[in-house]
Amino acid sequence: MDITETLAIPIPEQLDPSATTGHADLDLTTVGDITVPDPRMKLRDINVFYGQKQAVFNVNLDIGSNSVSAMIGPSGCGKTTLLRCLNRMNDTIDGCRVEGRVEMDGKNVYARKVDPVLLRARVGMVFQKPNPFPKSIFDNVAYGPRIHGLVHDRTDLEEIVHTSLERAGLLNEVKDRLDQPGTGLSGGQQQRLCIARAIAVSPEVILMDEPCSALDPIATARIEELIGELRKNFSIAIVTHSMQQAARVSQRTAYFHLGYLVEVGPTKDIFTTPKHQLTEEYITGRFG
Amino acid sequence: MSRTEQIVSGLARRQRAEKRFRLYGLIAIVLGMSFLLLLFGSIVTNGYKAFTQTYIELPIYFNPEVIDPGGEHDPQTLFSADYWKLVKTAMYQKFPQVSGRKERRELARMISEGSAYELRDQVLENPGLIGTTRHIWVVADDDIDMLMKGYIDREVPEDERRLNDRVIGYVDDLREAGVIERQFNTTFFTAGDSREPEQAGILGALTGSFLTLIITLLLSFPIGVAAAIYLEEFAPRNRFIDLIEININNLAAVPSIIFGLLGLAIFINWFGMPRSTAIVGGLVLALMTLPTIIIASRVSIQAVPPSIKEAALGVGASRMQAMFHHVLPIAMPGMLTGTIIGMARALGETAPLLMIGMVAFIVEPPSGFTDPATALPVQIFLWSDSPERGFTERTSAAILVLLAFLIAMNAAAVYLREKVTKRF
Amino acid sequence: MLRQARDANATRLNSLPEYFGMLGAIWAGAPALLVYFVWLAFEGDILMAQVLEMLPDADSMAATQELLIGDIRNAIENPISYRIASEEVRMAADRYRELSQTATLALTATCLSVFAVCSALALKFMTPRIRARAQVEKIIRGFLLLCSMLAIFITIGIVLSVLFEASRFFQIVSVTEFLFGLDWSPQMAIREDQVGSSGAFGAVPLFVGTLLISFIAMLVAAPVGLMSAIYLSEYAPSKVRAAVKPLLEILAGVPTVVYGFFAAIVVGPALRGFGQSVGLDVASESALAAGFVMGIMIIPFVSSISDDVITAVPQAMRDGSLAMGATHSETMRRVILPAALPGIIGGLLLAISRAIGETMIVVMAAGLSANLTANPLEAVTTVTVQIVTLLVGDQEFDSPKTLAAFALGLALFFITLALNFIALYVVRKYREQYE
Ligand SMILES: Nc1ncnc2c1ncn2[C@@H]1O[C@H](COP(=O)(O)OP(=O)(O)OP(=O)(O)O)[C@@H](O)[C@H]1O
Ligand SMILES: [Mg+2]
Repeated sequence: MDITETLAIPIPEQLDPSATTGHADLDLTTVGDITVPDPRMKLRDINVFYGQKQAVFNVNLDIGSNSVSAMIGPSGCGKTTLLRCLNRMNDTIDGCRVEGRVEMDGKNVYARKVDPVLLRARVGMVFQKPNPFPKSIFDNVAYGPRIHGLVHDRTDLEEIVHTSLERAGLLNEVKDRLDQPGTGLSGGQQQRLCIARAIAVSPEVILMDEPCSALDPIATARIEELIGELRKNFSIAIVTHSMQQAARVSQRTAYFHLGYLVEVGPTKDIFTTPKHQLTEEYITGRFG
Repeated sequence: MSRTEQIVSGLARRQRAEKRFRLYGLIAIVLGMSFLLLLFGSIVTNGYKAFTQTYIELPIYFNPEVIDPGGEHDPQTLFSADYWKLVKTAMYQKFPQVSGRKERRELARMISEGSAYELRDQVLENPGLIGTTRHIWVVADDDIDMLMKGYIDREVPEDERRLNDRVIGYVDDLREAGVIERQFNTTFFTAGDSREPEQAGILGALTGSFLTLIITLLLSFPIGVAAAIYLEEFAPRNRFIDLIEININNLAAVPSIIFGLLGLAIFINWFGMPRSTAIVGGLVLALMTLPTIIIASRVSIQAVPPSIKEAALGVGASRMQAMFHHVLPIAMPGMLTGTIIGMARALGETAPLLMIGMVAFIVEPPSGFTDPATALPVQIFLWSDSPERGFTERTSAAILVLLAFLIAMNAAAVYLREKVTKRF
Repeated sequence: MLRQARDANATRLNSLPEYFGMLGAIWAGAPALLVYFVWLAFEGDILMAQVLEMLPDADSMAATQELLIGDIRNAIENPISYRIASEEVRMAADRYRELSQTATLALTATCLSVFAVCSALALKFMTPRIRARAQVEKIIRGFLLLCSMLAIFITIGIVLSVLFEASRFFQIVSVTEFLFGLDWSPQMAIREDQVGSSGAFGAVPLFVGTLLISFIAMLVAAPVGLMSAIYLSEYAPSKVRAAVKPLLEILAGVPTVVYGFFAAIVVGPALRGFGQSVGLDVASESALAAGFVMGIMIIPFVSSISDDVITAVPQAMRDGSLAMGATHSETMRRVILPAALPGIIGGLLLAISRAIGETMIVVMAAGLSANLTANPLEAVTTVTVQIVTLLVGDQEFDSPKTLAAFALGLALFFITLALNFIALYVVRKYREQYE
């Protein structure tokens, strides 16, 4: 028994984020203009709690129409949490509570009478890890139109599936194996399949949570290209860890730190002339 | 129609389907819970009254002429004397107005015949009682007991119930005099089986179960742990070991009655071991529990952090020493948990014991592993077949005792498990 | 002896002294123990053979000889049988007791001398250079291996013993008749000359009865178990889940004899009463009552397996579907259940095998007479019920009646084994898919 005692591996002390950054006394109020001329969605005074723990503090932010908004920041700063507020996916997490307003068309999506089902049909989402359903490629893309009752006959459905795959840039690769399982595709193809699945119900907004983090550079390039295409028809909010990616695909960038929105502005301004010390440190790679 | 309108139009229907689905789930839960409630409720309501029993207080005159005519207190004479006569006489004296032969027989039949043995034991213990009169609470017949517990409906026509109006009148008289009452049923816990409900108890069955489980534990725990150690630590990865593993998994799902057949064919017919005994029962149950214990032990060995073993190996211990000195002590609580659960299962098992003849009618509690014995669940099975209401009640009470043991064992297992999970 | 070795050579030992002690004990003790057990295993038969030889007219007819042996055994074990036994048997029993006393003495002497010889040899060969630890560990390892091989021995034991007795049965009744015969009335075949001609061993009614009851059980258990697993894993707040799950598990821990009692005392009469009130004739030992209660017993089994496979479906599937705007039930029905289907089917197969092999509920609540019917309101009998009725009570071991029980056991064993095998395979394949 004594061996086991002496062997006990010390559990690392809970890392205290403020201690590691060394900026505990810094001002974390947002720098930059949070509004855009043609907002598709607006976040106002958003606070998010997981049980007792607060993960997002007082965030105000607009998501512009037909543009790509990027969210960047160190790991654990609440990007995913905030993104999931936009389509109320946080509802599915036990103990998660959202305060504040998320507006779409001037209405609060967190209002009682709003049905998250409808909201999620209008605000689609692509996840970090590709998650095609264990069904055929066709059925994956047809999933949304089917459950929402958007089609009435097979030809309609086939048309939707084809155009969605086309827009996701996947059609050529899969058009003669639509009946094969979606899980059999490569990682990059799977992610494009998930994008096709999301756009098949023609949402107004698409949320993407690090959509390329599981992919190789070539697949990433394809997805980035695709995002540029999709921007013409959809409003996109994307979380990314790659600053180059944010610089390449987005028009506006928001930088988060420890649950606070620290700085927001046009992407090129953020990357060339960051106003906040934390933003600067992050993009110059001093931490994160 | 815009896309949003299209979606909205279907929304109400979809939400209704959602509600319905959710309701089905809720109904399933409620059904499950109510089955549980019904099961326990019916057994408790059927059985709780069996923990009391009706006694009648009689002034017993230990008449020397009846039990000790010679006056020499010879145990042999005292043992075989007619104590029943004492009871009868006392009963007749209680009701001097009753004189007919038939009526007197009815009077005597109100008392359990077991009370004679009760008196005999008292006299043998204390011969000084002879010649004195003592007020003694004797056990009433089970029909009287049923009446006192309200199971006999006085409204039913006389010839359709087990007690006639006269006897009910006697009982009412006794009740008025305050000499009939329900007291804690000690017989139930101190007697073996009997043909008479009021004399039947679970001691014999409990002893049998206990002896059987000892054998089961002694065999299945060490062998199970040893097998688990081998498979986790020393087994090479080859076909043969795969075969053993598949075998263990499949054995865990073999119907228990098959193990009974195995016991009958091999232990009894082939090895010539005695039927109806705890040793054979224990063997059979050990074979049956073995897979459970092996599987649980393997899981708890796997749960020990590999660093512990590696550290021991690092300081020069052999694999065997690392296993026995360092891994095993940590895995032990988990193994014990699995063993307790396995034992609880074995305690509730009936079918294989029927196969090896542990269903005999056994009055004397077994005093050893090779005595004819029965087990608590088998006793339940035997009693459940008896038509008397008194046995139905005792069946339920025996089930309550069995469940109490099982709950205690499972609580112990849960407690152990909690302790383990806290440590890591 | 070892103490000396230790003192003298402590510096040159290549293992800890304890290991020399253990090794010595094994060398000295194991042969004696072996002798002891081998002796015990054969003592009875050898003694009996001697006793029989001694008897004046030791009959050569095997059948009567077996009877005689049974009588003698009884007389030895049971004082009452001894008193009522014939003169001849009593004499044999006395002789047996005498012989067995001598034998015990001889055994003690033999064991002690084997022990002494082995000890001496051990002492002689035990030198400090022996790698005692390695040897002891090898022996322990052998023991461990033996223990894990016991699982195989048990299986072989089951197969061989049941197969052997069953084959004796099939010498009397043909396999085809047993498997396809429609008439089962073993009681009629007690007398040897009736066997075969009476055609009383057709097991089809038993198989049908077993299937009927199992089917009813699954009808109760599958929807209730599956839906409660779904509700608990998808809808219930974690507090409800934490309270209800263990409560459901209680149902799995209740001994089957309790369910049997419940079926016979509560459910059977209740169904019968209900039937009467709506004008249906329900047998008091109806398949419905037994099947229903068996279903209750299996609910937690189905629900815990379903719960396992449902929670094994990655959260990403759920999220993906919900994010598309699917409701929870759509997610469940269209994504999770199809993905979990193999696992659930495997679980249901295990549950069916459980139902088929279940004994006490049907013994206490199902019928005894073989009734070839699919009507759940009538009484049917099952394979396990027949095994119990054939083997409980007085039995001559050679009558086709008792042997039939082993034939049924054989069928039961292989059916449940096949079901388990398929089920475990399906479940494992399913698990691998998500690992
Ligand atoms: N389900 C949950 N329950 C409790 N706390 C959570 C949960 N999900 C996230 N958190 C906490 O909320 C904070 C923000 O998490 P979030 O996932 O939003 O970070 P992130 O910025 O997306 O990080 P990453 O870049 O690593 O994905 C973290 O401190 C995290 O520990
Ligand atoms: Mg994230």
